[in-house]
Amino acid sequence: MIADPQFLAGLRSILGGDSLIEEQEELTAYECDGLSAHRTIPMLVALPETVEQVQQILKLCYQHKVPVVARGAGTGLSGGAQPLENGLLLSLARFNRILDIDADNRCATVQPGVRNLAISEAAKPYGLYYAPDPSSQIACTIGGNVAENSGGVHCLKYGLTVHNVRKLRVICIDGEMLTIGSDALDTPGYDLLALMNGSEGLLGIIVEVTVNLLPIPPTARVMLAAFDDAENAGKAVSDIIASGIIPAGLEMMDNLAIRAAEDFVHAGYPKDAAAILLCELDGTDEEVSHEIEKVEQILQQHHCTATRLSENEEQRMQLWAGRKSAFPAVGRLAPDYYCMDGTIPRHQLPEVLRRINALSQQYELAIANVFHAGDGNLHPLILYDANEGDQLQRAEKLGSKILQLCVEVGGSITGEHGVGSEKIDEMCIQFKPLELQQFHAIKAAFDEHGLLNPGKAVPELHRCAELGAMHVHNGELPFPELERF
Amino acid sequence: MTLQQQITEAYASATPLSICGGSSKQFLGNPVAGEALSTTEQRGVINYQPDELVMTVRSGTPLLEVKEILAAQHQRLAFEPPSFGKSATIGGTFACGISGPSRPWAGSARDSLLGCTIINGRGEQLHFGGEVIKNVAGYDATRLMVGAFGTLGLIMDVSFRVLPVPATEITLSFSVDAAQAVTSVVAWSQKPLPISAAAWLDGELLLRLSGAEAAIRSAQLQLGGEVSKQRDFWLQLREQQLDFFQSVKPLWRLSLPMAADPLDIPGEQLIEWGGAQRWLLTDEKAEAVRQAATSAGGHATCFRNAQENDIFSPLSKPMLTLQQRLKKSFDPKGILNPGRIYTEL
Ligand SMILES: Cc1cc2nc3c(=O)[nH]c(=O)nc-3n(C[C@H](O)[C@H](O)[C@H](O)COP(=O)(O)OP(=O)(O)OC[C@H]3O[C@@H](n4cnc5c(N)ncnc54)[C@H](O)[C@@H]3O)c2cc1C
Repeated sequence: MIADPQFLAGLRSILGGDSLIEEQEELTAYECDGLSAHRTIPMLVALPETVEQVQQILKLCYQHKVPVVARGAGTGLSGGAQPLENGLLLSLARFNRILDIDADNRCATVQPGVRNLAISEAAKPYGLYYAPDPSSQIACTIGGNVAENSGGVHCLKYGLTVHNVRKLRVICIDGEMLTIGSDALDTPGYDLLALMNGSEGLLGIIVEVTVNLLPIPPTARVMLAAFDDAENAGKAVSDIIASGIIPAGLEMMDNLAIRAAEDFVHAGYPKDAAAILLCELDGTDEEVSHEIEKVEQILQQHHCTATRLSENEEQRMQLWAGRKSAFPAVGRLAPDYYCMDGTIPRHQLPEVLRRINALSQQYELAIANVFHAGDGNLHPLILYDANEGDQLQRAEKLGSKILQLCVEVGGSITGEHGVGSEKIDEMCIQFKPLELQQFHAIKAAFDEHGLLNPGKAVPELHRCAELGAMHVHNGELPFPELERF
Repeated sequence: MTLQQQITEAYASATPLSICGGSSKQFLGNPVAGEALSTTEQRGVINYQPDELVMTVRSGTPLLEVKEILAAQHQRLAFEPPSFGKSATIGGTFACGISGPSRPWAGSARDSLLGCTIINGRGEQLHFGGEVIKNVAGYDATRLMVGAFGTLGLIMDVSFRVLPVPATEITLSFSVDAAQAVTSVVAWSQKPLPISAAAWLDGELLLRLSGAEAAIRSAQLQLGGEVSKQRDFWLQLREQQLDFFQSVKPLWRLSLPMAADPLDIPGEQLIEWGGAQRWLLTDEKAEAVRQAATSAGGHATCFRNAQENDIFSPLSKPMLTLQQRLKKSFDPKGILNPGRIYTEL
């Protein structure tokens, strides 16, 4: 879409030549995030470098009622950073400086475009690190992490992004800057810090983040355990947690995921296992040895067929390499894959696995399963080929079924990837109209004209009503050929 | 009449309500002029599965009862909430959002909360979050309730994470002045030590270690100090039963960056949270105390024996405007605990 000339002139006066993208060809580079099935060419892309520029840009958008979509690294998997054709895409990529490492207060203050891993690297000389570690950590930005409340394999013990952020500077849609949170551990008034985490760019633009740092544990060892029955692996997970141990990470992969990862990075995974668990324990030497013994006992009780323990840092990294590259590895098995992100109460794992298998057969699409098993977060990866008949539609339908299943057993449609444009319909399943209305009211308190990332995260009520009316027969949509997004 | 019916009626007639659980924390915040609405009938555990480390409880359930049920399974609330009396309820605990001695190391009340059912100021019953640890569907309205003192909604039930009781706990004692105490804890906190609480009072630093027996022994070797024989110190600190708290002077709570310099303000001090929470007994003017807290990067609350209204540090103008709008989005007629935190909310 062509921008209003006055708006465009305003933007040009705020931003220098290479900070504003207007050409179709270059705009295409921003047409999607990690959810590549959803694409839109933005009207314009702005790449500001200073907080003042962001303030001016938002003021201008506010005046001209132009919608704004923020973008970090664009690794999001739910279409959160998917542009709008009548909107400005606001990239925070140039905000890439680490402003301060304050070892005494165990925190780091960084710009929002700083990559997740870069924070831990900068803190390392102080013996500290930033705990939440999404698998995308070499690429994704801390601003995106906050906007999605991202998780990672170490979140079981150390919490999600929301538990590890102390202070934010946020630009509101009218250009006003707010400090949310503080250098102390709490602030008076409402906990807007909690609200900003996971707000998917709908409440404000994050321009500075202060995160908590933790001391690097002296010892961390990971144990790999193989099972010839995935249900046994699921039960072992529950028992480990029930025994009072909180592992630093507790991950599970099924056979298809194991084989894909092994072929891709040669982590040394047993390719014939039905499932593997990766259980990391960290702390002092004494603590870790003690816990390893207990974990091994539990694994044996659940008939694990083999175990392997990392003996040094290199082996530990190697064992994790397979898990951390599971998505791209599975991506090599088929032209396309669709990554789901439901959560369930842990004890439902065996039942849910069974039903995902049945769904996979029903829709005739293979599924590789990767789980943050310790906190009940599933990532079924649906394999498909977008160029083959109705496979994409089938994949999306199957995905939606899996999310419905998660809600049915008491879980959620998203544990860490967010709703974005992707799971907007499933929000109608998890929430009742009054709850969605309350979400809209919260949004309006921050952004009354709905200019920040409109159409994402929270569905309009009429959309849910239409969907509800369409869910007439076994939840099957009567008009599958209609575009749903 | 159910709580929901009562709020619906109050909404229709725009009648302010004063929500109370066990009334154990009435002293905190401004008095509310409104019809009393009690949650104490709203009682009982809805779901507790020890191996999921999650519990769901109705808001009027006494905190002590919750703690007992957890203790029977060797579990506990990680944030060690104070009760300030036997009558405290679990709903009030989250609504006030006060965390105990373990806060800097084990997280706060809001960090433990996973989900809740509330009734907003329109009388609508709403459910946010759930019993799973990870859930990013919709805005985090759940954690927004913590510290909102019931001004956004009446909490009907809460789901929260619980943790195993640590295998071993010891307390070490060091004779040091206030400045040394903070410097020491700040330095130790940068090391992987199993610290779970740190407090300084009257020339003595008390440091609690929690975890596996072996880890504690090796930490003790590194740290030195004497093993403290004071029984129940942490309990008395948490519940404000120590002599320090029996004063009639205004008691200020300063929430500061942990490593903040010693406060240059007359009065007696008890330092908690390794420096991040400092209790101050003083007759100094509110403005002076607030100024000291703000310049150190934090804020001050007049916790007990307040001489005047507005016990919380004031918000900036744009922040207050935003919070007023947020309040309106939950409670358009301003009937839920109006003025409890700020007159404008
Ligand atoms: C291979 C792979 C593995 C992944 N593994 C994980 C994982 O283990 N755990 C996990 O949680 N996620 C994972 N993700 C998803 C993704 O990396 C995270 O959601 C990440 O936080 C997104 O960061 P980003 O910088 O790429 O944000 P983007 O994708 O650019 O944006 C994400 C959302 O945040 C908003 N946003 C971005 N920056 C700002 C800002 N400064 N202010 C306001 N809003 C902003 C956007 O509008 C959008 O809604 C994975 C993705 C991939 C591709």
